Amino acid sequence: MTESSRTESGTIRTQEICRYYTMGTAVIRAVDGISFSVQAGEFIALLGSSGSGKSSLLNLIAGLDRPTSGDVQVDGRSLAEMSSEELAHYRRHSVGIVFQAFNLVPSMTVAENVELPLRLAETDRRGRASRVREALERVGLGQRLAHRPGELSGGEQQRVALARALVNSPRILLADEPTGNLDSHTGMEIMDLIGDCNRRLGMTVLLVTHERALAERHAGRLLFLADGKLEADQPNSPRPGESGEAP
Amino acid sequence: MKTPDLLELAARNLRESVLRNSLTTLGISVGVASLVAMLSLGVGLQELFTRRLERTGLFDTVIVSRGDLGRFAPRPRGAASADSTRALDESARREISTLPGVLEAVADLRMMTQLRYDDKPHRAMVAAVPMSARDREAYENIQGSFFTSSNAAEAIVQKRFAEELLGRAPNFDETSNPGESSPALQPLLGKELVMYYAERVPTASRPDTKLATPGPSSTPSRPSQATAAPANGEDASVDTLLSAFSVVPQTHSLRIVGILADDPDTMRGMGRARVFIPQDFAEGLQIMMPSDLREGGALAERSYAALSVRVRNSRDVPRVEDSIRRMGFNAFSALDASRTLQRVFAVLDLFLGIFGSLALAVASLGIVNTLVMAILERRREIGILKALGASDSDVKKLFFAEAGAMGIAGGMLGATLGWMIGKVINALTNVYMHQQNLPSVNVWSVPWWLVLGALGFSLAVSLVSGLYPAARAAQLDPVKALRYE
Repeated sequence: MTESSRTESGTIRTQEICRYYTMGTAVIRAVDGISFSVQAGEFIALLGSSGSGKSSLLNLIAGLDRPTSGDVQVDGRSLAEMSSEELAHYRRHSVGIVFQAFNLVPSMTVAENVELPLRLAETDRRGRASRVREALERVGLGQRLAHRPGELSGGEQQRVALARALVNSPRILLADEPTGNLDSHTGMEIMDLIGDCNRRLGMTVLLVTHERALAERHAGRLLFLADGKLEADQPNSPRPGESGEAP
Repeated sequence: MKTPDLLELAARNLRESVLRNSLTTLGISVGVASLVAMLSLGVGLQELFTRRLERTGLFDTVIVSRGDLGRFAPRPRGAASADSTRALDESARREISTLPGVLEAVADLRMMTQLRYDDKPHRAMVAAVPMSARDREAYENIQGSFFTSSNAAEAIVQKRFAEELLGRAPNFDETSNPGESSPALQPLLGKELVMYYAERVPTASRPDTKLATPGPSSTPSRPSQATAAPANGEDASVDTLLSAFSVVPQTHSLRIVGILADDPDTMRGMGRARVFIPQDFAEGLQIMMPSDLREGGALAERSYAALSVRVRNSRDVPRVEDSIRRMGFNAFSALDASRTLQRVFAVLDLFLGIFGSLALAVASLGIVNTLVMAILERRREIGILKALGASDSDVKKLFFAEAGAMGIAGGMLGATLGWMIGKVINALTNVYMHQQNLPSVNVWSVPWWLVLGALGFSLAVSLVSGLYPAARAAQLDPVKALRYE
């Protein structure tokens, strides 16, 4: 466990957060004044159609992007006030991100991909191999260390990405359409793994998806976004054990 | 990110596009090689010339001559003290020898005369040499030995004259190096050489002439000028000038003790001597010098055409020269020539360096190009790194490490290449020199500072080239980079 994860719990609070883009003369309000709070250990699903601003919101919470106005506070610390170095530190230690496109480095082996966050976090070299193995075993890929991403199936690649997101033991897991490139069965497996992180490790999970069924099966709360605004905030009873059907 | 991780990532990135990076590195190495080859040529030539100058033994020597060269008419002595018309006499010699930093000031005695060897006459410039010259490099390669003492009736002859004495025409197509001793000249050592000279005998009627004339075989005393000097004070008139001394032809036999392969008098040009005799011995002979005529014989105190002043440290040469000039004499040193030479070489090195750097400048554009291409190709990867928590400075350092690695690799390869080019140039030069029957020379030198400098310069150039790509990569927006396909 890193020092940061010991003092952090994983609470998120957004306050009137806005993210506008200008395209020529037009202003696109990707995120337009959204406020909500997430308790530590909650599983939240951000739902909405394409272009509703859910990915933009996730990028703001991930510290990959800065809000035009408003603020995101994670464990009481304002991301808007952080320097770019502090934001990088926040991304290294406090959040793990899983993308729809996996975003693995194709020239690196599975183990090297998972080791990358440990390199960036300046983790001692001696402990790295065991942490990489541990993270890959958690996602069921303990035997594929030396393979390259190109040699793996989509589901396996997303497992590697998940292992990479978990290896630094962050308190928050951000998943942006993690099943979008996978068939429904594989997607279900990935979602089970993510749900597992939430239940067993107590991680706060923010899942961006447009598949309502998927969200309802795993999330404890559903946030509906449309045109950059928060339309609804509903509690939900997850049913993780259920065998899923195609959406 | 820690340095070992940074270097590992940089190395794997370089391996990823190995052909492109190798070509860029090769470009740098060609640039460094041209720089090293150019500068080593400049350094080599400079060392060659400096070595040649040092061999003359004149780096610590100041040649002093009268302030009004070319004035032959006798003149009143009263006016001459510190002005430009001061005579270069014994009192001046003593004054100069007491200047700070001066080791010794000896009369520059030289004359064109006839020498007989094996009953055949030869003409040669004979010069007196002080015992201190033994330490000079020019006398290091002596065949035989140096003078046994400063009073010995001995001679050291220059190799070319030795060849002449043995009846062999100066032989330039000889396979042996002119700088080396020749076994064929060995029989000359210990042989007798008869020197013809004009002795300056002060007129006996003069009341202040107390000196006994040293005969050809007598033991020479210290220079007669020293004792005669204080006695002179009266005004000189033409009558007394002409009657001041008479000229007596003399001969003296000399034993040849050494043969010089080098030419210690190179700097003298036309006046350079081919036969050398010990200083005190030469002074004792009271040889009639051209300057005696010039000064007018009235002066019981002898005057000299030139003095050779040896300075303790070549750094003191300019100061000693100044002091001597203030006394009203001309002063010249090889350092004057070498200073000019140094300036010439500084300019030469600058130009060679500029030409050499041109290739490196072109190569540095190659680095910029390679790295900018790498940013385009690795846009997504940079986005991933940033999403995983790489800071801007991590990304920047990664690109710097890649640029630096190409710079160092190119620098090492280039220094080796430059060294080899220099070696080839040297070899070809010496093949040519050999064909022309000239001694082999080292026109090329790669000192360690040049190798280190080239490596450092190559690294610096590559890092500067990495500035723009690194900054661009660091500023990459991770959201856009991850969206990029």
